[in-house]
Amino acid sequence: MELFTPEIGLVFWMFVTFVLLVGILAKFAWPAVIGMLEKRADLIDKGVVYAQNAKEQLDNAKAEAAKYVAEAQKRQAEILREADKMKTQIIEEAKAAASVEAKKVMDAANLAIEQSRKASELQLRQEVSAYALDIAEKVIRKNLADDAAQTSLVNKLLNEVENKN
Amino acid sequence: MKKVLLTLVVALSALFMAQPASAAAAAEEGEGFNPKEIIFHHLGDVYGWEVPFSHSHRIPLPIIARDCSGSWHVFSSSRVTDGGVYEGLYIAKEGEYANKLVGDNAEGEQYRPLDLSITKDVAALLIAALVVLLMVMSIVRWYKKHDMKAPRRWTASFEFLVEFIYLGVIRPTMGSKAPKYAPYLLTAFFFIFVMNLLGLMVIFPGGANLTGNVAITLVLALCTFFITNLRGNKHYWKEIFWPDVPIWLKCPLPIMQAIEVFGMFTKPAALCVRLFANMMGGHMIVIVLTLLIFIFASFGPVVTGGITAFSVLFSLFMLLLDTLVSFIQAYVFTMLSTLFISMAVCDPHESHHSEE
Repeated sequence: MELFTPEIGLVFWMFVTFVLLVGILAKFAWPAVIGMLEKRADLIDKGVVYAQNAKEQLDNAKAEAAKYVAEAQKRQAEILREADKMKTQIIEEAKAAASVEAKKVMDAANLAIEQSRKASELQLRQEVSAYALDIAEKVIRKNLADDAAQTSLVNKLLNEVENKN
Repeated sequence: MKKVLLTLVVALSALFMAQPASAAAAAEEGEGFNPKEIIFHHLGDVYGWEVPFSHSHRIPLPIIARDCSGSWHVFSSSRVTDGGVYEGLYIAKEGEYANKLVGDNAEGEQYRPLDLSITKDVAALLIAALVVLLMVMSIVRWYKKHDMKAPRRWTASFEFLVEFIYLGVIRPTMGSKAPKYAPYLLTAFFFIFVMNLLGLMVIFPGGANLTGNVAITLVLALCTFFITNLRGNKHYWKEIFWPDVPIWLKCPLPIMQAIEVFGMFTKPAALCVRLFANMMGGHMIVIVLTLLIFIFASFGPVVTGGITAFSVLFSLFMLLLDTLVSFIQAYVFTMLSTLFISMAVCDPHESHHSEE
């Protein structure tokens, strides 16, 4: 039966066709295809590693960012607290300076008042003594002949008045 | 999916339509209905390619033959397929060379010329080679156009097959030797696969029972045999002529050597017969199932109807199964070839490492 006994023509053509096919594909196709398969597999592997790294880095960056945020918040609170402290301090200082200044002004005013009071007192005294002398002169002119005795008497009286005050 | 179904339906109907013609012709001859003859006619090789629905029309193919006087004859097969005699050559009707091109020598005896004709099988072989070439080149063309991007559609499925065989079988088995032997193994896989599938198609570009013909599988197995033995390293030959077995098994009487040398030939023989028998069996079952209709035709309409339904269903089932077998046998041939070659060319330590 021909199926079981190889026909020489078919063997010949099969051999020629197959060898040619292997030759052509081995030269033009298979190395390129295999190379590309390997290359793509490599690329995919690299991509996976790259993605893993990227994810890790992203996680790290997130943690770092959270750390920075926390630190910044701490700093902010500190600065605020410090500013607050400085504010009260400045106010205190200003208050103190103001009170010192006010005291100085008050003192100067007091001094001026005292001086003017003393001056006016002196003037008043002089004026009063002059008036008193005048009055006394007028009153005593008739009674007293001796002016000097009268004046000393008035001065004496005036001193008494002043001491009473 | 619709296309596939349509193809199947057309293929099946063509098969069933082709049968009645021959069966009817056979029936006219009365006792001439011979299932065995029909089966082997369909499995065998012919000059010219039958056209569906007609047994008298054939696509003519060139006949190339050298007669006993040493001169070459090239002519169209249509000159002899109708029983004609051309340049002293004709197709034998019976006898040792039935259905083959023969001539009469000086003594008037029938003889077989050196026949290198492009028969139906050879033409199918060339078509299969062309299909493989287009398939593989489509992958290469895709790479040229799209660089490293993964292919789409048909090209993707071809690339998947390459990946399946190369990354799944060849590289894990052969390690660093893989790129050297991959071209042969991959070509063998694609060629067998395409021949198997084309054989399942009933009409023109297919229909030739290629891998179910021992000549085809013999050449493939011989290729593996020659690569294995011409490329075998010293480990391979040591395993054959001085294997690691107790000394009495190999020294005075070369028992192991005899077994190993025998094994050198049985391995490719098994490759050859496995593929051939599987594919031929598949074809034969489908044809026998179809012929059942005509064998039971004389039993009345009820029996014939029942048998027809049965045979159509089982033929469909067998054809689908054969599609699966087409792939499995191509895969098994490639896998075993890889194994045989790797046993011969790979350093046992190196291959062990690659497996790890």
